[in-house]
Amino acid sequence: MSFLKKLKEKFKSEESEQVSDKYKDGLSKTRNSFSGKINDLVARYRKVDEDFFEDLEEILISADVGVSTVMDLIDELKMEVKRQNIKDTAQVKEVISEKLVEIYQGEDDDVVEGLNIQENQLSVILFVGVNGVGKTTTIGKMANKLKEEGKSVVLAAGDTFRAGAIEQLEVWGQRADVEVIKHSEGSDPAAVIYDGIQAAKSRKADVLLCDTAGRLQNKVNLMNELTKVKRTIEKEIPGAPHEVLLVLDATTGQNAMSQAKTFSQATDVSGIVLTKLDGTAKGGIVLAIRNELQIPVKFVGLGEKITDLQPFDANAFVYGLFADMLEDDVQ
Amino acid sequence: MAFEGLADRLQSTIQKIKGKGKVSEQDVKEMTREVRLALLEADVNFKVVKDFVKRVKERSIGQEVMESLTPGQQVIKVVKEELTSLMGGEQSKIAVADRPPTVIMMVGLQGAGKTTTTGKLANLLRKKFNRNPLLVAADVYRPAAINQLQTLGKQLDMPVFSLGTEVSPVEIANKAIEQAKENHNDYVIIDTAGRLHVDTDLMDELQQIKSDVKPNEIFLVVDAMTGQDAVNVAESFNEQLDISGVVLTKLDGDTRGGAALSIKAVTDKPIKFAGMGEKLDEFEPFHPERMASRILGMGDVLSLIEKAQDNVDEKKAKELEEKMRSASFTFDDFLDQMAQVKSMGPMEDLIGMLPGANKMKGLKNVQFDEKQITHVEAIIQSMTKKERQDPGLMNASRKKRIAKGSGRSVSEVNRLLKQFDEMKKMMKQMTNQQKGKKGKKGKGMNFPFM
Repeated sequence: MSFLKKLKEKFKSEESEQVSDKYKDGLSKTRNSFSGKINDLVARYRKVDEDFFEDLEEILISADVGVSTVMDLIDELKMEVKRQNIKDTAQVKEVISEKLVEIYQGEDDDVVEGLNIQENQLSVILFVGVNGVGKTTTIGKMANKLKEEGKSVVLAAGDTFRAGAIEQLEVWGQRADVEVIKHSEGSDPAAVIYDGIQAAKSRKADVLLCDTAGRLQNKVNLMNELTKVKRTIEKEIPGAPHEVLLVLDATTGQNAMSQAKTFSQATDVSGIVLTKLDGTAKGGIVLAIRNELQIPVKFVGLGEKITDLQPFDANAFVYGLFADMLEDDVQ
Repeated sequence: MAFEGLADRLQSTIQKIKGKGKVSEQDVKEMTREVRLALLEADVNFKVVKDFVKRVKERSIGQEVMESLTPGQQVIKVVKEELTSLMGGEQSKIAVADRPPTVIMMVGLQGAGKTTTTGKLANLLRKKFNRNPLLVAADVYRPAAINQLQTLGKQLDMPVFSLGTEVSPVEIANKAIEQAKENHNDYVIIDTAGRLHVDTDLMDELQQIKSDVKPNEIFLVVDAMTGQDAVNVAESFNEQLDISGVVLTKLDGDTRGGAALSIKAVTDKPIKFAGMGEKLDEFEPFHPERMASRILGMGDVLSLIEKAQDNVDEKKAKELEEKMRSASFTFDDFLDQMAQVKSMGPMEDLIGMLPGANKMKGLKNVQFDEKQITHVEAIIQSMTKKERQDPGLMNASRKKRIAKGSGRSVSEVNRLLKQFDEMKKMMKQMTNQQKGKKGKKGKGMNFPFM
């Protein structure tokens, strides 16, 4: 059975049509442009030659996959084409998607994509990221999601720097109907988080979501502040924070790699939330980050509604990207 | 890793070419491939890169690079020139309406930094131009966006116009203009909600605001970290609103900021300002030249060093070093050096960028006049071969002859001879310094012309 059929069948059997529909909606622009281009490419070229690979390289780069990842991928593809003696471009299509999925999933098929939520104990999730990626919005959406799953949630307004950030989180708190612990603007974020933990404990909450101020990763002082916040959490609850989620804007280019690296050094990032994937940005940087840093994407933001936060599913993501190709192939 | 600059990238290719007498087309192809990678790593859109590399290749395969003895540096030079010219000149002007108020609309994607930029722009207008702006909170969608602008207004002690979140942004904008007229605010800055360029409804809303308030400026606010998608965003906003300029935000991060080039290439609208920090006064006019260096991954000083290196040919520089050490430096060498240095551009700039140059005795008060250099050349060219080799031969009658031949005065000839002598001493100092700091960037940085 071909790889594509396997993937397709996996979807059918998992009855995850709904999820993949959501992905397809959110990613429809992405998919059209991305796999549309691969189809164009395949149609344009008869032979798998140097020009073909150059164009393929461009398609991948235009999706923000990252230059070095693309180079590696192209090298591997070339080897594979040689090994299997592929001369026809239609055949190479399959190898391309196979390789991409491989990069997503790595060697390890069992990477936990879901959240590490403890039973009968307070779980703390820390949100970090640069300015304007959508940390506060993501927290609002996630609070709603967890609440719908029957969890009791408390939010800590740790962004004490940006004007209006506390109020913004409060609005989301009202929308999701959860409590927000806050201090005044300009106060110590670690102190807010500390109070958040105490409040969540005394209310016997299941999950505490901690907001932090956006900061550029090259600001050493601000990164140290973040490390301090994390230490505060560690001290109060052994084993916490249970998740440190780096929020990444899908429109971000190669700098996302630098963000992932530096934030990981400061706070030991456990997962990524990829936001704003409903635009025309391709979010291909996820490939590179997964490939180079082994940080899994846990959620994706596919819109502005409170329900537009979806768990990341590598298969669904790839399916979304390649839906056209897959359907062509299977029919 | 992925973030090395173009200079580094080209190193290995240059090493390969170094031994060759001639640079082949294949070599140029390899070098332009490195240029392409460097630009792509800097997030310049691949289509823009393609056009760009084509131009660089054409220039490089031409005589400029092929015949240069330092082709690697020559390529960098060509790239930087092309890049800087593509980025355009500095343009931080803000329009002024014939009849106040001047209206500025801020537009862009979510999280680009529109609200913060609104505050920064207002601050600049007041501080630099003594204006009295009214800030307009027209973002009714993002929770607490109005609150954010109001807080900024408080920090700046500036009025903020708001009608809450229940009124349409179009109406808010219209009413704000009315109020500005009543209160004699000479500028109105409208902070609109972040939106996707493909969101038809919200883009229509911006068009509605535009046709109602007829803004003098529409600034597209773009995050400097934006990747390949920057072209789609900029193109789309420009098509629908005919923006008048761009503000690049978060440039204080460590991104290369190739998006700047993409945006400029697809919209041909000037990038006017750059956000350089979270504080309200961290807002600067955009410097295209600096941006070009940044995209290529080299600082200002570094680019100057390269500028020097690509003009001072290495073989000659080595010979020169030998001569300086053995103190056999002659007027012929001087002439040679001067010709090379002249091709580098304005002398003052070059000296100014030399680390430690200001502290150096003899360099401190020297005025650099390009004309003077021509005079010096004339004087030297009027010397006999022997005199050029051995300045010790000089006597009064020789000096008179030289002065006549060059059309300069004897005192000028004397001054040159004295300077030449001083220069030789200085060269010794410099070579000693170089020996002291082995492996530093000073290599090849000989400035014996003074």
